[in-house]
Amino acid sequence: MTNPSQDKTPLLEVDELAVDYGLKGVSSRAIDCVSFALRAGEAVGLVGESGSGKTTTAMAIAGLLSPNARVSSGEVRYRGNRLPIDDDAAMRPHRWSETSVVFQGAMNALNPVHRILKQIAEPCMLKLRMSRSEATARARELLELVGIPADRGAAYPHELSGGMRQRVMIAMALACRPSIVIGDEPTTALDVITQAQILKLLGELRSQLNLALILITHDLSVVAEACDRVMIMYSGRIVEDGTVAEIFAQPKHPYTRLLIESIPNPASGKKMIRPIPGDPPNLVNRPSGCAFHPRCPSAMAVCATEVPSLDKFGQGHVACHLHRFSQKDRVAAHA
Amino acid sequence: MSRRIGSILIRAIITLLMVAVLNFVLFRVIPGDPASLLLSGARTSVTAEQMAAQRQNWGLDRPLFPDQMVDYLSATLQGDFGYSFKFRGRHVADLILERLPATIVLVGLAQLIAILCGVMLGLYAGWRRGGAGDHIATGASLALYSTPAFWLGMILVVIFSTALGWLPGYGAHSPGAITSSLDWLLDYLGHLALPVTAVALGLIGQYVVVARAAMSDVVTEDYMVTARAKGLTGGQMLMRHALRNAMLPVVTLITLNLGYVVAGAITVEAVFAWPGIGGLTVEALNARDYPVLQGIFLLLGASIVVANLIADLAYGLLDPRVR
Ligand SMILES: Nc1ncnc2c1ncn2[C@@H]1O[C@H](COP(=O)(O)OP(=O)(O)OP(=O)(O)O)[C@@H](O)[C@H]1O
Ligand code: SF4
Ligand SMILES: [Mg+2]
Repeated sequence: MTNPSQDKTPLLEVDELAVDYGLKGVSSRAIDCVSFALRAGEAVGLVGESGSGKTTTAMAIAGLLSPNARVSSGEVRYRGNRLPIDDDAAMRPHRWSETSVVFQGAMNALNPVHRILKQIAEPCMLKLRMSRSEATARARELLELVGIPADRGAAYPHELSGGMRQRVMIAMALACRPSIVIGDEPTTALDVITQAQILKLLGELRSQLNLALILITHDLSVVAEACDRVMIMYSGRIVEDGTVAEIFAQPKHPYTRLLIESIPNPASGKKMIRPIPGDPPNLVNRPSGCAFHPRCPSAMAVCATEVPSLDKFGQGHVACHLHRFSQKDRVAAHA
Repeated sequence: MSRRIGSILIRAIITLLMVAVLNFVLFRVIPGDPASLLLSGARTSVTAEQMAAQRQNWGLDRPLFPDQMVDYLSATLQGDFGYSFKFRGRHVADLILERLPATIVLVGLAQLIAILCGVMLGLYAGWRRGGAGDHIATGASLALYSTPAFWLGMILVVIFSTALGWLPGYGAHSPGAITSSLDWLLDYLGHLALPVTAVALGLIGQYVVVARAAMSDVVTEDYMVTARAKGLTGGQMLMRHALRNAMLPVVTLITLNLGYVVAGAITVEAVFAWPGIGGLTVEALNARDYPVLQGIFLLLGASIVVANLIADLAYGLLDPRVR
């Protein structure tokens, strides 16, 4: 276990993954060429505008794609083994035991007619084959672990605040001791203070339980606070990934740069969020070449025709023609 | 919890009182003097003195409000609903009680069948939304829903009674002597078959539509995604998470419909000459038998209020959010 070479093998590998959604006979690609690796205990942020494919990526990893989704290419490997992510029944043993999900706080992710203790105990009984009393005891432990007195377990979801509900969701996600927890905008609907508390809790639990965390958000400041690495998605593709320090200090993709510049920063007197000009692309009419080219301040002729591949750059990766050519080539491309 | 029940009870009592008052007012504003109605059967012409005597006799000379209304309310509270015009000298309460069992058997049985079939079919259609079974169940139940029950009854009579001669289409018993109680029961069930089918078919569509809508709302709920993420099988998702939530509106509909069990199925009872409350209503309407109508209306109002009361209480048991 302490073998350093074993630590190097990624827990999860996503390889050239593409997912299409079929809607009224029309199929459109939601994510394309998504590749990344996740090591045990690592926290990765997944950032992008609405519709960029963050949830689709996460649901594909968790084997929770909706029935109208189709994995058209690529694969996901967990501890080196290919996951049958397009087979609902075959994914069942993997779910919650290996990968669990903390859904958005505003959502009605808890069943309104069952007491929270019962909902936390349910996966313990069904997946860990615990008896009812064992499962209840475990559920009480989990409640305490996320900072809720175990006696509150008799409450129904509507009797709890948004922050408490999200703690319950986290307790539930830990029930079967998964190695990966996906948080799909877990703090979005919460006020700033509660948001910070939940992020802190997730961070503590991660180091305590050696969890790998995939944190989906469109808020870069959340990533800065809670993650080691970050992946930036645009129009279904990862356009840049790298360590948090690297990306904040030296964003390489023009989209990443604009995203970072748009964060309000009271220290520099910038209080308003400055949105990136132009409209986010839609799935059906995705721009040719680099999907960002209609909005990109550095766009070149080649950008409208050729899709930039995600290439290694420094510690991370970037998909942008600016970084594929040497300075001399770029001058040539402009000419 | 007890506070909620208390306020539900108080509301029910106030509603009942209002039903009784409305019932009183309604039958006083109908044109026509009760005294002349009472004497309308007389062969010889009625003198003014006879009229006045009648009016005094029935208390009609006293002011409507408060005297007559207080009289009515206190008599009603004591279970005295007055005398029928048509069936001279008979208590309205007796007439209603006499007809009630036939109606409760007919409509109660039909409700039971419609609930069992309709709710299961609707829940299934909603769970398998968009599938072939859903399209068939939804289409058929919408067709039934929009067809008048008496028309279904007439079709049933034409097919199974007139053409095929399998089942009786008239009354509750065959004329002539019945020897054993088993024969009596079989004969009764035979007479019951067609009207029960007509009423049940008319009701089934409503249950399918409501149960399907409830279930198809539930399957798109976020907690169903959570259940799937937790690795539950389809069956576990249905039994542990979907069913109870989908049953909330269905249970409300069932309990509300219980209120109509005593009101009878007026049109179907008329088609089959079923000796129930519905038949009595038609007879009383034809004879302008106001006291009987008044009694039936009061019964109907009261049973609907009680059904609402049960629905409120049942909802509180099923849904922790309203406790
Ligand atoms: N079940 C579905 N059927 C059809 N299209 C879908 C479905 N789910 C998502 N999409 C589409 O796929 C694209 C990617 O959606 P996804 O939910 O992955 O984005 P996201 O980055 O999570 O966005 P958000 O920030 O709004 O949650 C969007 O254009 C969306 O409309
Ligand atoms: S590839 Fe071209 S359009 Fe796309 S981000 Fe880079 S420079 Fe801009
Ligand atoms: Mg999303």
